[in-house]
Parts: sequence; structure tokens; C-alpha cells
Amino acid sequence: MNLFNIIDEIENVDQEIHERLNPRRAALKGFLNFGTKVTVAAMPFALGSLFNKAYGETPTDIKGILNFALTLEYLEAEFYTMGVAASGLIPAGAAFNAMTTIRDHENQHVTFLKTALGADAVSKPTFDFTAGGAFSNVFSNYDTFLALAQVFEDTGVRAYKGQAGGLMGNKDVLTAALNIHSVEARHASHLRQMRKARGGAAANLKPWITGANDTGIGAAVDAVYAGEDNKNQAGVEITQLNGASGKISSNAATESFDEPLTAEAVLAIVDPFIV
Amino acid sequence: MEEITVNTKNEALKRRTFLRYAGAGVAIATLTVAGCKKNHNDMPNPEDGEYFGSGDIAILNYAYALEQLEAAFYTKVADTPYSGITSQENSFFTDIRDHEIAHREFFKAAIGGNAIKGLEVDFSSINFGSRDSVLAAAKAFEDLGVSAYNGAGRLIQDSKYLLLAGKIVSVEARHAALIRDLISNGSFADDTVVDMHGLDTSRSPGEVLKIASVYIKTKLNVRDLPNY
Repeated sequence: MNLFNIIDEIENVDQEIHERLNPRRAALKGFLNFGTKVTVAAMPFALGSLFNKAYGETPTDIKGILNFALTLEYLEAEFYTMGVAASGLIPAGAAFNAMTTIRDHENQHVTFLKTALGADAVSKPTFDFTAGGAFSNVFSNYDTFLALAQVFEDTGVRAYKGQAGGLMGNKDVLTAALNIHSVEARHASHLRQMRKARGGAAANLKPWITGANDTGIGAAVDAVYAGEDNKNQAGVEITQLNGASGKISSNAATESFDEPLTAEAVLAIVDPFIV
Repeated sequence: MEEITVNTKNEALKRRTFLRYAGAGVAIATLTVAGCKKNHNDMPNPEDGEYFGSGDIAILNYAYALEQLEAAFYTKVADTPYSGITSQENSFFTDIRDHEIAHREFFKAAIGGNAIKGLEVDFSSINFGSRDSVLAAAKAFEDLGVSAYNGAGRLIQDSKYLLLAGKIVSVEARHAALIRDLISNGSFADDTVVDMHGLDTSRSPGEVLKIASVYIKTKLNVRDLPNY
């Protein structure tokens, strides 16, 4: 993967973007005046709306998508960096090593996306992983930390999946995004195994997602799993297909396909964590 | 059940469909000369192996072939559990088998009349009685599957197929991570599959089929399968 090629190709795709946006300068100014939180958290989505207007149809909004991805990676990277640094939070040994591995990947994703975006990269937001106090013990209670980690990874998988179509205009960027997407899924699988091993509400958790919200965390994370209970793919009812014996079960039908989330839904999920 | 609309712009595919209806060998020979002069070298010959088609249909058949392989493997694992298998492992393998069968049957239904036939597999290199052998093969299949979908994304023309590939690849990645952890806890995303930028592996269809060919007896005709 050649980063410089990616940068060149983004510029090629988007070189007319400023020209296209010129008639919309007033609208852009309006978005920028919303204040820090809106600018940082909603900018990718806001840019998407602007591009939609500018092009008059769904755009090749590659920079906007990459900045959206970067925002999520900033969140994950800081979350694990703080978690690994929190004294006594993560048990030494396998758990600590796994969190270190994941932390390193998320920081690598941040670096990768920032390099690809260059001067157009958004700045790192200020995060509050307690979400205004809702998860006040996130860096002192291991189970809270694990639960949030799983939720962030499952959200990340859905977020990248939802943006793949928008990256089709640049094959190298698309491939890079897919290669990040499956790493997030590997993380999610491992974190789900770690939570299962803790027992309690997560005792029956699987590495894959069963139905809508199998987390045992409760309704607070319903939005993260909304739609994961889909059993119809491209017009095919999966539960009507033949399985090993009888038809494919309802659980297998939902587990065998992960579902996407829109950028809007993802930003609503992470918004409480951005100051 | 609604089938996915195929890309009928594809010349090879159109010709093939037409020829199926044309039927007789003599008529095919005539048409080859009269109607397909431009691309007659691309003329699929049934004796050349199972023809994947071209464009997105070929990619879907490529995914269908890989899912057939995985489903057959896990079906065998579930039917003939290795010695010392735990109930938890058995449960994992049953789930994964069902996921792969769901993927296989989905592609079969979605591709419809353009689907390749059921492939004959060759698992003679795998010792199904041995945990180590089964897990090593499962790891190879899952990592290969992830890299195959990641690598095929750029070749897909229709965004709805790209989304479908995305829906499946993350499930394969969840499988891969679990299998790797069963072999060695913590190896779910180690540096044999994830590079220094935190990126997973992607492989071209040609690379994937070369690796998969050891497990496939049926001769494949992938001459029009997009590749790079």
C-alpha cells in the first residue's frame, strides 16, 4: 500500500471540490459557526450533506468518509491508550497483552488515516469516556471498560461497512478501509470472548453478533446493535434456506451477516463521548 | 424469493445464456462463427471446467466457491469431531458450520441460474481426528477467506454486492480471530495477518485460488474472473 498514491488519488478525485462548493460557501460558513462540538463531531456528516447539495447526487465523498473514520479511530486509540495506562485496571497477562495489541492497531489506524488525509485531517476531539458520568468508573472497573471496548469495536465494524460504497471511486482507499474493517472485527471477536470469560450478564456472549443487542449491557447500547437482527439479504430470506438439518436457524441467519450503520447513526452513538 | 439482478451487459454471460437455450452442438458451432466472431477466444467450453462467468457474477461465483469449501470443511468437522473436543469447541464449530452453510446457500440462491455447480472437495491433507490439524486448517480457511473478500472489494462493480461482501467478511474475521485464539490465545490479530499500519491482509482472486486449489478437485474455468 503506497500512501502517497492514495493521497494523489484523493486529490485527483476531489480536485474540483472547492470549485463545486463555491456557490455553497455561505452554507459552509453556517456549518463552521455551530461551535467546537458540532464542528468536530458532526463535520464528516455535515460535509457529506454539503457535498450532496454541491453535486446534486451522492458524491464521491472520500475525504469526508476518511475524516469520519479518523474521528472513530481517534476515539478508539485514546480509549485503549488510557485504559492500558490506568493502573490496576486490566489484569496482567493475556488480557493486558490483548488490550496492548488492540491499542497499537488503533494508533496505527490513526497514523495511517492522518497520513492519507494530510492537511485535510480533522483534529482529535476532546473525549469524555464517562459520557458525562454515565460510565464514571470506565477506567477503574474492568468490566465497564471491557463492555465499552466491545461496543466501540462492534460500532467500528458497522461504521466502516456503511462507508465502503462511498469509497468505490478510489480502489486503493477502499482496499485500505476494508483491511481496517476486518481488523476491527477481529478485535470485536476477541473482546467478546474476553467478556464471555468474565461471566455474569456476558456469560452467553459469542464472538459473533446474535440478533439485536446480545451484549447483556442493556438498552443503553440498543442503538449500537439496531438492525443486526436482519434475516433478509438482497431479497433472500436466510431462514428459508436449507441448513445442516432443516432450515437455517434464526440465530444463524443473524449471526452469519453483520449489518452496516449510517454515518449519522454512528455519530449519534459516539456523540456522548465527545466533549 | 427475489434473485439479485445480474449484469447482463456482459458479453460472455449473454452468449452463454443464449447458448444454453440454443441447445444443440451444431447450432453452437454455427453461432460461434456467425455471432461471436469478436470474442470467440473467450467462448466458454464446458470441457474447460466450471465456468464462473465474468464481472460481478464471476466474483459472486468466486465467493460461492470459497463458501462451499468452508461449509464442506466445517460440516465434516461437526460430523466427525476430533478426539478430546470440548463442548464449547463443538458449539463454536456448529455455529461456524451454520454460518458458512448460510453463506453458501445465500450465494447459490442469489446467483441463481448463473451459479457454478457444487464443487468436489479434497480434504485428504487434513487429519479430522486431530485438533491441531483441524484448527490449523480452519485458521488457513478463515484467514484466506478474509483476505479474499478484502482483495475482491476493489473488483466489485455494484455497490450492493460490495455491501454484501462487507457483511460477510467481518463474520469471517470474527471466525478467524476465534480459531486463532483457540490455537494460541491472543493471536486473534497478530503480525502474520495484520501489518505495521494495522491493516489486515488482502489477496487477489488469483492468489486465493492458487492457495485454495489444493482443496478443490473440480476443474475451474476462471478465465473471465476479474483479477489483478
